[in-house]
Parts: sequence; structure tokens; C-alpha cells
Amino acid sequence: MNYTLREMMTIMAAREIHDGDIVFCGTGISMLAAMAAKHINAPNSITFFETGAIDSKLEEIPLAVSDSRVMYWAASNGGLLDAFAAMQNRITGDHVIGILGAAQVDKFGNLNSTSIGDYYRPDARFPGSGGACDVASFVPRCIIFMQHEKRKFPNKVDYLTSPGYLDGPGGREKAGLMTGGPTAVVTNLGVMRFDDKTKEMYLACYYPGITPQKILDNMEFSVDITRAKEAAPPTERELKILREEVDPQKIIL
Amino acid sequence: MGTNAGKVMPLEEAISRFVKDGCHLSIGGFTLNRNPMAAVFEIIRQKKKNLHCYAHSNGTGIDELIGAGCVSRLEIAYGGNGKAAPTCIRFRAAIQRGEIQFEDYSNYQMSLRFHAGAMGLPFIPTRSGMGTDIVNFWGFSQETRAKDSKLPKKKLEVVDNPFEGWCGATKVILLPAINPDVTIIHVQKADRFGTCRMEGLTYCDTEQAKAAKNVIVTCDELVDPELLRKTPEANQIPFIHVSAVVHVPFGAYPTACYNYYDYDPQYLAQASKFAKDDKLYGDYLNHFVYGVKNHQELLDMMGSERLVKLAADKRTGYATNLDRR
Repeated sequence: MNYTLREMMTIMAAREIHDGDIVFCGTGISMLAAMAAKHINAPNSITFFETGAIDSKLEEIPLAVSDSRVMYWAASNGGLLDAFAAMQNRITGDHVIGILGAAQVDKFGNLNSTSIGDYYRPDARFPGSGGACDVASFVPRCIIFMQHEKRKFPNKVDYLTSPGYLDGPGGREKAGLMTGGPTAVVTNLGVMRFDDKTKEMYLACYYPGITPQKILDNMEFSVDITRAKEAAPPTERELKILREEVDPQKIIL
Repeated sequence: MGTNAGKVMPLEEAISRFVKDGCHLSIGGFTLNRNPMAAVFEIIRQKKKNLHCYAHSNGTGIDELIGAGCVSRLEIAYGGNGKAAPTCIRFRAAIQRGEIQFEDYSNYQMSLRFHAGAMGLPFIPTRSGMGTDIVNFWGFSQETRAKDSKLPKKKLEVVDNPFEGWCGATKVILLPAINPDVTIIHVQKADRFGTCRMEGLTYCDTEQAKAAKNVIVTCDELVDPELLRKTPEANQIPFIHVSAVVHVPFGAYPTACYNYYDYDPQYLAQASKFAKDDKLYGDYLNHFVYGVKNHQELLDMMGSERLVKLAADKRTGYATNLDRR
């Protein structure tokens, strides 16, 4: 069955979400992954937005986390303070999985969504943290969406907006952050994970038709590829649900 | 704040009375929802200058204020606007060209800062952001901070938890409070004294309003006080915080207003296209902002056929099946 890389990425991220997880999602493909998980493999997962909506009934895809579509049939419509408090608070925060995107990610999963070049007069300015730094600071698990390109996987991020493992093992604790950090980086070529001991990124799987070498060619730093396996492509059921129930209007797909 | 009656006034008057050149301003809403757009356009028409803006993720409104040259300093968490502009275009241009001074925080940090301002605290702690460049890079120079008595001397401060590991925290970040000179919000319903009822998400509007010296409320419906008093638990902002009330139907347009109307995807996409080019953006402002006397004239220009399509569905609160591609 034919599928696009975007569909593959969405399904790979959806598979990271466990039933019962509280899923913090942003806009675009991260929202799609959260919705796909709920429809496919994690029916009791709960979508959660930084704007304050929790367990919304997403009959249509929201174009932003402020979209009125996230307000419909929510358990409650609060505000930003409510949303972030639920993640900073360990009682609920420990059950949240975040989905984030960025312009750059380094080998320890630190993210840049602020700027490229000199901070004060950047070559390229991006939106900034939004809630990403907060989520990355608070929650124990994070999925990161990236396009696999050399400049997006640099040795050092130009600006560290959202904390991954900072400078490696013990880095978060030393800085005063809660334990946690990214668990998977889902790209258009494969999925990377982080070594339990070194906290460094390694290649966990590559998509059918992609080689581990191609992935290395698209990164400035090198990662361990010895653990990499070929990923299982999306199943017919996954694709059907994604296309017909999750985004029938083809707004993001 | 204001305990008196007589707060209802035209938008032109509310803006000219409370929004002064160089004042510290925050606006309500979030990216493409419930931005006080009628007020934003009026600020642009009145050619206000050197505004110091505080924003968490106030996409549409802040980007227009920056594009029109009203803003000289910005404290912000997120300059993006959904599908129409993943990075707000005039915001990006202004920073890349060095036209505005800016300071980056996160959404929670900005929200907490308004919350502290509303509580009368000098600062507030959080566990968000340690080890990041939000801590390391300060946008405003010491000189800028020293010159304006309304700016704290520091962006933030990381300190050891004085309660020695209580709640598992070794360190926290202290964030300075924000007390804007003016906060402008757009709400679904308000009465003539300024009591507000927001429907759907409140974002950070309540804290932004309660932290401000003056609050301008624009509302889609100016309702009888009795209607709000019957269910006070549904009201978020009591009248004591509010200085001016302005009745502006479709006052959040082209952003959305839950239960009333959706965002206008066509307007947002078109504005983004214009924003990419200085000359086109100038033409856009001349036509859609300076070219009309007030918000009603902008709505008339859009035409009722277009606005009807944005009308919120009664069941869901948004315009179902709206063409959003």
C-alpha cells in the first residue's frame, strides 16, 4: 500500500503514545499524531493543549492550539496557568507525554525554536519557545518531530530554547530541572532514541527504502547505527483511519 | 481599574485616552483567537509609537502592531500564527533587521509574570527553563533596563530552593511581575460597568486584565448587567478592574470568537502573503486599516456573505466545514 512520508511520520509518532497517556500537543503534525493515536492505538489517551483545553472532542483539525475546535466538548476550558500547572505538578505531570517540533536538535535532544545565527541579529528568527520550554522542562517523556537535514542536526544548537538532556547524563539534575527528557525523535527518514547511560541519540529504526548511511549523511553529528532496524510500514488499518477519520479534509496530511 | 459608571465609550476615545505613545501594553487572546483586533487596528490608525508590548502568544494582533511600526520593545514567548504564518512575518522581519528590542520568555513564564502582577507580588518562581538560553541571553541591555523605571533590573534570576529540596526542587527561576499600563481584551459579553464573561478558553486574559493599571474591554455583546449577575460564577473579570467598555460586534475579526464566529482563513492567509513584502504590506495597511474609519467599515468591505460563512455553529461553537485549506 502506498503512503507518504508525512503519513509514516504521523503513524510512527502515534505508536509512541500509550493508552492512558495525557498527550500535550502543539499544532500541525503533532496534533495529527495525537489524534491518530486516539483513533488507532491509544483510545484512552487524552489530548491536552497549552491554552487550557483538556480532552477536547476534535471533530475537525484545529489549525492552532487556540482554535475554537479545541474548546468543543472539553472536560474544562481553563487558561494557560491551568495547563502548565498540570505539567509542573508531578501528580499529573508525570503522566504527560509532550510532542514538540524545532528548527534544530542536538545529540542530547536539546531544541532550538528561537533563532539561527546571532541571537540579537539572527539570520533567521523562529517563533520562540511558546510552551515548548515549559513542556520540555516538566514532563518525563517527549516526542520530537524533525525534518532530517544536516543543518537541523548540528553539533551545537544556535540557541537552546527547550531542554533535552543538556550536556549529558546528570545535566538536567545539575541545572535544577526535573528528571525527564526526550524519548524519541521522529523524522522523515527514521526514528532516533536516547541511550539510557550516555543520553546520546542513536538510530533506532529507519523507514523502508532508507539506509542508515543516508540518515548519517543528513546529520552534522554522528549517531550509533548498530541498533537500527527497519521500521514496520503503516498498516492498511492505520492508513485508512488516518485518512478517513483523522484528517478527511486533508488539512495537514 | 475603575469603580465608576460611565465606562462605555467609542473605541477611538478609549484608545486615545488610555494608549499613550511609549506605554506598556498587553493584548488578550492567543494566536488566531479572540485577539482584540478592532482595538489593534485603531491603535495603528492613531499611529501610536514606541509601545512596549508584553505577549505570550498573541500572534495576529502583535504582528500587525509590529508591522505598522507601533512597537519598539517586545517581551514575548511565541511569535507564530498557526498555518497562516508558522513564524509571524513582520515579527520575524523586525527582529532580523534589528528594528525592535526583544526579550524571550516561555508561555508559562509570561503567564506567571502577569499572575504575579495581578497578585501584587514582585516576582514568582517556576521550575521551567533552567539550563536554557532563555536564562543565558538577555535581550534588553542594562542601559535600557536602567532608563525605564517600569522595567525590572533583571530578566530573571535562578536561585537555590530556600526550602532545601522541598517538593523535590533544588533550584527555581524567579520571574519579575508585569503590570502593564494598559491591557486590552476582547470578550463575548460585557456589561456597561465592565464585568466580563468569556466563553471557551480564557487563555491568560484574566491575569493580564487584573495586572493592568487600565483595562479596555471590547465586547461582541454589550449585555444587561442582570444577565451577568444571574450566574456570577460564569464571569471572570469583575467591573472594578475595567476602565473602558466598548461595544464592537466582530471585534476579534479576523481572529475567532468562540460561540460567535470563526477566524477568517482567507483574511489571515492574504495578510500573510502581503506581510512578506514591505511594499505590499504598506498597501495592505493603506487599504484595510488606514483606508477605513473604523472596524465596521472593514466588516462592510468584507461583505456580509463572507462573514456569514464564519458564523459559529450552535452545537460546536465554531464554523463547521469552513474552507480552511
